[in-house]
Amino acid sequence: MTTCDFEYLRKLLKDQSGLDLSADKQYLIESRLLPVARDASLPGISELVQKMKGGSTAIIARVVEAMTTNETFFFRDKMPFDHFRNSILPEVIQARGGRKSIRIWCAAGSTGQEPYSLAMCVKEMGSSLAGWRVEILATDISQEVLEKAKAGIYTQFEVQRGLPIQLLVKYFKQQGELWQINADIRAIVQHRQLNLLHDFASFGVFDVIFCRNVLIYFDQQTKVNIFNRLAKMTAPDGYFVLGAAESVVGLTEVFHPCLDRRGLYRPKAVAASPAKAAAAAMPIAKTAAMARP
Amino acid sequence: MRTCLVVDDSSVVRKVARRILEDLHFQIVEAEDGEEALEACSMPLPDAILLDWDKPIMDGFEFLGKLRNMPRGGAPKVVFCTTENGIAHVARALYAGANEYIMKPFDKDVIATKFAEVGLINISQSPF
Repeated sequence: MTTCDFEYLRKLLKDQSGLDLSADKQYLIESRLLPVARDASLPGISELVQKMKGGSTAIIARVVEAMTTNETFFFRDKMPFDHFRNSILPEVIQARGGRKSIRIWCAAGSTGQEPYSLAMCVKEMGSSLAGWRVEILATDISQEVLEKAKAGIYTQFEVQRGLPIQLLVKYFKQQGELWQINADIRAIVQHRQLNLLHDFASFGVFDVIFCRNVLIYFDQQTKVNIFNRLAKMTAPDGYFVLGAAESVVGLTEVFHPCLDRRGLYRPKAVAASPAKAAAAAMPIAKTAAMARP
Repeated sequence: MRTCLVVDDSSVVRKVARRILEDLHFQIVEAEDGEEALEACSMPLPDAILLDWDKPIMDGFEFLGKLRNMPRGGAPKVVFCTTENGIAHVARALYAGANEYIMKPFDKDVIATKFAEVGLINISQSPF
């Protein structure tokens, strides 16, 4: 891969998906894209880039997909799920007792482990949520991982990372060497493809939004833009959850951290001028121009 | 330092487990079968036991039964670690008093998360 190739890829990925790859991420491009080149019967990344420059939308799509996938596992980092179970859900149950419905959004649903972990927490609440309508929306930029998430089929390795054995026995069915999460858990989660750079306001308002370990790939301006738009979709008494190593501090005032519960944030009621607020809430990429092939 | 008793008839498996667990700051004791494992439990009980199922002389299931019947035998966290990956085996092990269950093959991630699950290590110690 030449410097020229790297620069081309860097710019394309930034434009298409907000991914901000510093110069030291060449190894990441090589490890993710050499298989893509192989699958396309091309000798290397330079040839892949040539195809992309030549306008092959299929190759471009596959490259974006390969670079934006992110490894995940059940109950990743554990703590946010403890918070979800011990404080978020009980609070929301209290607050939504009238309407008896909860809306949750996993904004980087990936292969499904995060939304399904939340769904299992919901099921474990048992009778406290009897008669309630619980919706979990899981979105991801990659159609490929969404398909995997929808199927809910995992390898033996995947169901052993982070998943307590009691939950495996309770909520999964073994199919040969693989394990599939039960249909009633799958039914709680809806999967949709979404590029976070695009407009997502139409999804509505959520009681809890999980946005873990995806914004780390974006540059500061993009992050702030997305935070601002997500804040508008978080119920005023709702929660916003980031990954362990992430923060909004220093970036935006729209969320303030829960000092007693790391990783949890709540929307801040900010009085801003209507024009300023509107500008801050515009998606960075115009949907029409950036429609995926 | 916390101790972990590794029970497996394969010396290779014991070696791999030892390396992973020593990285997680456990002191290791090894046993080849259930009988040796019981002997290792007659001195101060280990904090953790990584237990294979199929072994000559005394299998993991029988050992677990005997362990839990010992004075303070409920204390050690028992994590099965076995090629028996059928759900029936898992359910049986849990019913008999196992705290967690690992289906072989395992890697460092699996051991770390399972040990964290039963409270043997802090999540901050885990490799992520």
